[in-house]
Amino acid sequence: MIEQLPAIQLLLTLLAAPICSMLRNGDHAWRLATAATWLSTVVAIMLLIQVWDGGVISYQMGGWPPPWGIEVRIDELNALVLLLVTLFGSLVITALRESLRGVMRHQRQSLYYTTFLLCFAALIGITITADAFNVFVFLEVSSLSTYALIARGRDRRALTASFRYLIMGTIGATFILIAIGFLYMVTGTLNMQDLSERLPAHWDNRVIQASLAFFTVGIALKVAVFPLHYWLPNAYTYAPKATTAFLAATATKVSLYVMIRFLFDVYGIEFAFEKMQLSTILVPLSIAGILIASLVAIFQNDAKRLLAWSSVAQLSYMVLGLALLNASGITAAISHMFNHAMMKAGLFLALAAMIYRVNSSKLHDLAGIGRTMPLTTGAFAVMGVGLIGVPMTAGFVSKWYLISGTLDKGWLPLAALLIVSSLMAVVYIGKIIDVAYFKPAPPQHADVREAPLSMLIPCWIFALLTIYFGLDTRITAGLAGRVAQSYLGVS
Amino acid sequence: MSSLNPAILFVIGALLLPLMPANARRYVALLIPLIGMALVLLTPNGSYGNITLFGLELTTYRLDKLAFVWALIFHIAAFIGALYAFHLKDTVQQTAALMYQGAAIGAVLAGDLLTLFIWWELTAIASVFLIWARRTDRAYRVGMRYLIIQVGSGVILLTGVLFYYHDTSSLAFGHLGLGTTATLLIFIAFGIKCAFPLMHNWLQDAYPEATITGTVILSAFTTKLAVYALARGYAGTEILIWIGAIMTAFPIFFAVIENDLRKVLSYSLNNQLGFMVVGVGIGTELALNGTAAHAFSHILYKALLFMAMGAVLYRVKTIKASELGGLYKSMPWTTVFCIIGSMSISAFPLFSGFISKSMILTAAAAEHYTWVWLVLLLASAGVMDHSGIKIPFFAFFAHDSGKRCEEAPAHMLWAMGIAAFLCIAIGVYPDALYSILPYPVDYSPYTATHVITQLQLLMFSALAFAVLFISGLYPPEIKSVNLDTDWFYRRAAVKVMTPIAAMVATASNGLFASVGKVSSGSISGINSLFGPQAWLSRTLDSTGMVALVIGALLIFLGFYLF
Repeated sequence: MIEQLPAIQLLLTLLAAPICSMLRNGDHAWRLATAATWLSTVVAIMLLIQVWDGGVISYQMGGWPPPWGIEVRIDELNALVLLLVTLFGSLVITALRESLRGVMRHQRQSLYYTTFLLCFAALIGITITADAFNVFVFLEVSSLSTYALIARGRDRRALTASFRYLIMGTIGATFILIAIGFLYMVTGTLNMQDLSERLPAHWDNRVIQASLAFFTVGIALKVAVFPLHYWLPNAYTYAPKATTAFLAATATKVSLYVMIRFLFDVYGIEFAFEKMQLSTILVPLSIAGILIASLVAIFQNDAKRLLAWSSVAQLSYMVLGLALLNASGITAAISHMFNHAMMKAGLFLALAAMIYRVNSSKLHDLAGIGRTMPLTTGAFAVMGVGLIGVPMTAGFVSKWYLISGTLDKGWLPLAALLIVSSLMAVVYIGKIIDVAYFKPAPPQHADVREAPLSMLIPCWIFALLTIYFGLDTRITAGLAGRVAQSYLGVS
Repeated sequence: MSSLNPAILFVIGALLLPLMPANARRYVALLIPLIGMALVLLTPNGSYGNITLFGLELTTYRLDKLAFVWALIFHIAAFIGALYAFHLKDTVQQTAALMYQGAAIGAVLAGDLLTLFIWWELTAIASVFLIWARRTDRAYRVGMRYLIIQVGSGVILLTGVLFYYHDTSSLAFGHLGLGTTATLLIFIAFGIKCAFPLMHNWLQDAYPEATITGTVILSAFTTKLAVYALARGYAGTEILIWIGAIMTAFPIFFAVIENDLRKVLSYSLNNQLGFMVVGVGIGTELALNGTAAHAFSHILYKALLFMAMGAVLYRVKTIKASELGGLYKSMPWTTVFCIIGSMSISAFPLFSGFISKSMILTAAAAEHYTWVWLVLLLASAGVMDHSGIKIPFFAFFAHDSGKRCEEAPAHMLWAMGIAAFLCIAIGVYPDALYSILPYPVDYSPYTATHVITQLQLLMFSALAFAVLFISGLYPPEIKSVNLDTDWFYRRAAVKVMTPIAAMVATASNGLFASVGKVSSGSISGINSLFGPQAWLSRTLDSTGMVALVIGALLIFLGFYLF
């Protein structure tokens, strides 16, 4: 049983999806989906425990040994990503039922949960596979289901947002496919480990170099690295209700994982960063992303859009951490991937709870909500403080490492810039908090009640986790630190 | 058990407070400082609460002789504050006060810089609610300004701590000294909280706007915490002597012309801090003892004065000198306590200010800082003038305003009484205070020279006040708005920047006229760049995005292949 866990991890939600689509009753579908996702969370935790001490699980699908068969490979890095996807995904889906009720017809709901499960399963697939082509396949599955999820938004603009995301996502995936195709053309293998062993012989091959270019642009689109982030704000803003929380937590983070896996493992640090000087492009882009997206976020008057822009900035922190290419930087990137997923999912969820009551995410509609919905707003404030990076919250840990990383490089101005960007986060989070607590509620929202428990509890779990991971960093920074060591130790 | 950090006790109490019935809350607020004080008294000096937070060694609770003085007086101040606020039924103020007091105590007991930072920021956030609790629009805006500056101090501190950790791989909060960027940043952070000249405006801006009880509580902690931090990290840093000397001198002029009596006290607070900063700057054992002793007695008499003025405000509903006078008939006890506070701050012999301030003056003289000594002497005369005479004179005597009111409530009188008693007790029996100072004390305040010098000084400044007042030359109590240096960044900067921004906007308009309208004013310029409808935050249509992607690919390909 234990050795079959990787397969179970993948199949649980993948098989639950079609069953879900056959259930006519939306509530049953929700129960099935929730059970499947929570079970897969348990599996993810068991896998994490297994690889805790640096062990690697290699599982051969159907008993075919690699490189011919498809290998599932779990090490510390993707075990962490697995936990991220399953745990935060499960928390969101738990709250989703209440959020969709009244918005969507009953039968539609089961299809919605089916799409959700497909997306969930595909993200797991991307994370655990050791086969480059499989990454592309699952990436497509997850993207297609994401388009469907976004298009479900009640606002008509959700359709345009989804369509644009579709175009961008397809181009991105195509570029990644081209990159993988080039790799296969030259090396004749798709297994990641094989690839990384065979590639050094072909470093001077133009095809491999072009492959890196295609991959970088393709994945940068998916990760929403500035300036290829334009799909993100609309997609997040118009996605229905709590769905945004799921997308914000998982989709871009898994893409970032693919980025790390390919750049650090498949292409290898020496090729990608030393020979091809990827950092010289990524560092300025991410700095620009941090500053511009934070500034834009400050001037938003829609809370959902504000948080979406803040996501662009936060993703740039992670890319910057990777591009710093030292232990602190990589630790920062990986731990921030986890921490940010947690905080942003929680923030979007709390916001979804507010939208559930006031039917708008415009700032002026959220006025006074701190008094009408004190518990939801309280959770929002805790996670907002975490996003800013106040000590004893998760956000502080990753920012501490990121700034240490820039200081290790001796880039004092950049460290100062990061602190300035934290102040910008204070401003845009402060904007929401200020409206929520200090502005009088508009008369039409005077009788707004607290969010239902099924939404409130997940919100507070996110909020408490934000504090927990600010105090106990064994799972986040500890693990990320070991991954960083293993990458830098090899090169 | 006794090694429980009292700050934790305060924080837990503050968190539980909103859940309690109104009647229980005020007793809890009284009880917690007493338990906390017992904890501190029972704990032997040493380091406790050592934890490791993602690889950083933290000492969350360090008690030594320096920290002890502050921890003790903070507990006393917390108790007096709670007693003074006994009538309150306002959960926000009670919670905020307890949280704020706990944070200040936690910061004093912090053995490492990160813990210090956490408490440091908590003092800022908790204390602002004491201002907002007044629930006026003006208090809201003042509180916002206060919060921005306080949090800014925290951010600078954190930056400094980060740099410091990077330089030294240590977070221990010991002597820092100037010399590196890291310690300079920390110094500035401390300086903001300590209200160094040009960084002082938040104090006079915020304190008079807080609630009646809020001001009493605010006046005790924030700035004295900063003095503690300076004494710990920057003892003997010479520049502090000059900063301190300026601090003692310049607020006098503002204090003399100010009409709002709580604002007068705020300026005088700034001036008293100057003495402590000078003491830290001199850095000898005598000077540091003087700083600690002065902080101790200062908290008591300053709180006493703010309490007296608060009682007046509570009863008469105004604190403008021009509207007060003759209140001694209605509030005899308050008058007596206020005079005791005034005599203490003016450093009359047998009052607490005398035995602490003279230590700093003697230390300055011993190190041959003649000019500094003279400035401090002048400042002492000034203190006598604005706090020693002006405050009680205009509030309780002067021309009779005709206002009649009740005596202050009993619990306020008790709070003032305790503070007044301690002021006199320390003055009469200084050895009790001297015995807890960080260094062994070999100093006697009651020598003939000290006493006579001080009395001469006091008499002559009283004479000066009398002559000026009778001849009508003393700045009359009039309603006025006195501009301080913050005018430069609150008004002038805006005034100057607006046309500049407009010019820049016009220039860029010209530049980008062909591309489109970029901006038309300073704010709308930014708004049009980053605002909801601006080009940077606008999402491109599909064609635009595809073009962007192709462009990116070409750049990458070009970068790699050629």
